[in-house]
Amino acid sequence: MSIDKNQVKKVAKLSRISLDDSKLESLSKDLDSILNFVDQLNKLDTKKTEPLSAIVDKNLEPRSDKVNDGKIKKEILKNSPDKNDDFFIVPKVVE
Amino acid sequence: MTDLNKSSLSEIVNLIKSKKISSSEITNHYIKNIEKSKKLNSFITTCFEEAIKKAKAFDNKKNFNGLLPGIPLAVKDLFCTKNVKTTAGSKILESFIPSYESTVTHNLWSEGAILIGKLNCDEFAMGSSNETSFFGKTINPVGKGLVPGGSSGGSASALAANLTPATIGTDTGGSIRQPASFTGTVGMKPTYGLCSRWGIVAFASSLDQAGPMTKNVEDCALLLEAISGYDEKDSTSINKKKENYSKNLNQKISGFKIGIPKEYRLENMPKEIESLWKKGIDILKKSGAKIIDISLPHTKYALPTYYIVAPAEASSNLARYDGIKYGYRSKKGKNLIEMYENTRGEGFGDEVKRRVLIGTYVLSSGYYDAYYLKAQKVRRLIKNDFDECFKSVDAILTPSTPSSAFKIGEKTNDPISMYLNDIFTVPVNLAGIPAISIPAGQDNKGYPLGLQLISKSLDEQKILNIAFTMEKSIGFEQSLNRWWE
Repeated sequence: MSIDKNQVKKVAKLSRISLDDSKLESLSKDLDSILNFVDQLNKLDTKKTEPLSAIVDKNLEPRSDKVNDGKIKKEILKNSPDKNDDFFIVPKVVE
Repeated sequence: MTDLNKSSLSEIVNLIKSKKISSSEITNHYIKNIEKSKKLNSFITTCFEEAIKKAKAFDNKKNFNGLLPGIPLAVKDLFCTKNVKTTAGSKILESFIPSYESTVTHNLWSEGAILIGKLNCDEFAMGSSNETSFFGKTINPVGKGLVPGGSSGGSASALAANLTPATIGTDTGGSIRQPASFTGTVGMKPTYGLCSRWGIVAFASSLDQAGPMTKNVEDCALLLEAISGYDEKDSTSINKKKENYSKNLNQKISGFKIGIPKEYRLENMPKEIESLWKKGIDILKKSGAKIIDISLPHTKYALPTYYIVAPAEASSNLARYDGIKYGYRSKKGKNLIEMYENTRGEGFGDEVKRRVLIGTYVLSSGYYDAYYLKAQKVRRLIKNDFDECFKSVDAILTPSTPSSAFKIGEKTNDPISMYLNDIFTVPVNLAGIPAISIPAGQDNKGYPLGLQLISKSLDEQKILNIAFTMEKSIGFEQSLNRWWE
């Protein structure tokens, strides 16, 4: 499989990353060579192989349902690039 | 007066315990070294004032209960440190100040260590040369114009240049072992789940693991002991008793079976690496170990598998950088979506963008089965290869890297040639097993080369002991003339 400039634009949109048109050419080339590289996996027959998604084979441990922090509004807001005393501020989302 | 530049972490711990030196003296020594070594660009942040204060507090009320009493340490800038800027080498986290401490660094400070600074790394740990950091390239003290490897390149550079007595890095596909190999130092990636991932800036969560980077194997055992352990805050943390790796370190390896995988013998591998490997085999034979030829048939599929799994996980993990809750926000954009796009477009560097795009592509509708699911299946085959081999061998010996340190800029134009650096280290991450790289010799340019020992899950003590034995026979020495000062 290969990837062209339009597909790169589409994936960039899905990834919420703005791209300079000037970089599109070289980026498509890079992504195409990476996808060509990973294509060698198709030489392997994996019809009977189970996918491996987690290396530690255990069930998630439940914890008791109680509050273990809170009242840290100031700390949570501390690193926000735009905020007031109580909220994160974002560009207008409703007209 | 002891020359601290020639002392190991374990020796410094002994000096401080026997009151031959104070924490303040040690801290001031490293601060002086760091100040003279700006050329290497191995630090992103320094915390000298705080460190001096803590060292003085230690000296006034000495407490030798911890493993690292009063020892100043610098750590990779991927570990969240409370009230100390944590950037992950990225513009998007340029001014991020965590309000919490990663479990692994918390463990260091509980053992008595003192934070002296945060070390440069590839952006979000994506890179093999430390050239993708927003804060500039780090230089390898081994030679002018050489990369230190990556992504824990700042850690390796600072350690080799004696700017910290030891350090910790993270290893997703070789990011501890490859820079250790490039700088003549020891680096270990522990079993997945042995060290908590809580508070480490996430790259690929099923592969990421923190580990020690040190001057010798004894230090490595000591530091692993300090940082490992169960943590309920990490759902993949292994719940088991803490091991005394340093106390149990010994050279009793006679009778051990060591596997030599034929697939690691690359066609165009430099002769020096071939002969270094041979030297390692001879040392093991002399120590009474038995050498066994083995096969890991899916080795060549490890890198392509990794370059699907890791970007896929990265694209999900990095979705959190939206310019709202923390980090950089672009001033451009008419609405929320445009603000997201510009924030991420301006905040991420080229390599991070490449990987997020690849990850999004392989997870997207219509491609998921062909790429991501396929890669997860091949990952199973790679793990099965190791499981099969460990039925008949105790450990596996391979070279750590296919070459010694390369020149800055040499591989930046071709992502695939950069990725090939991790050909010997990546399989271990996919299988979740531990591996250690130790310096084993130099090439004809005088640049260090490493050998890697791999074991099955949770057999860290075994490879530490084999590495410890080999280290004694190899007698690797590196004296750098501090040309960068």
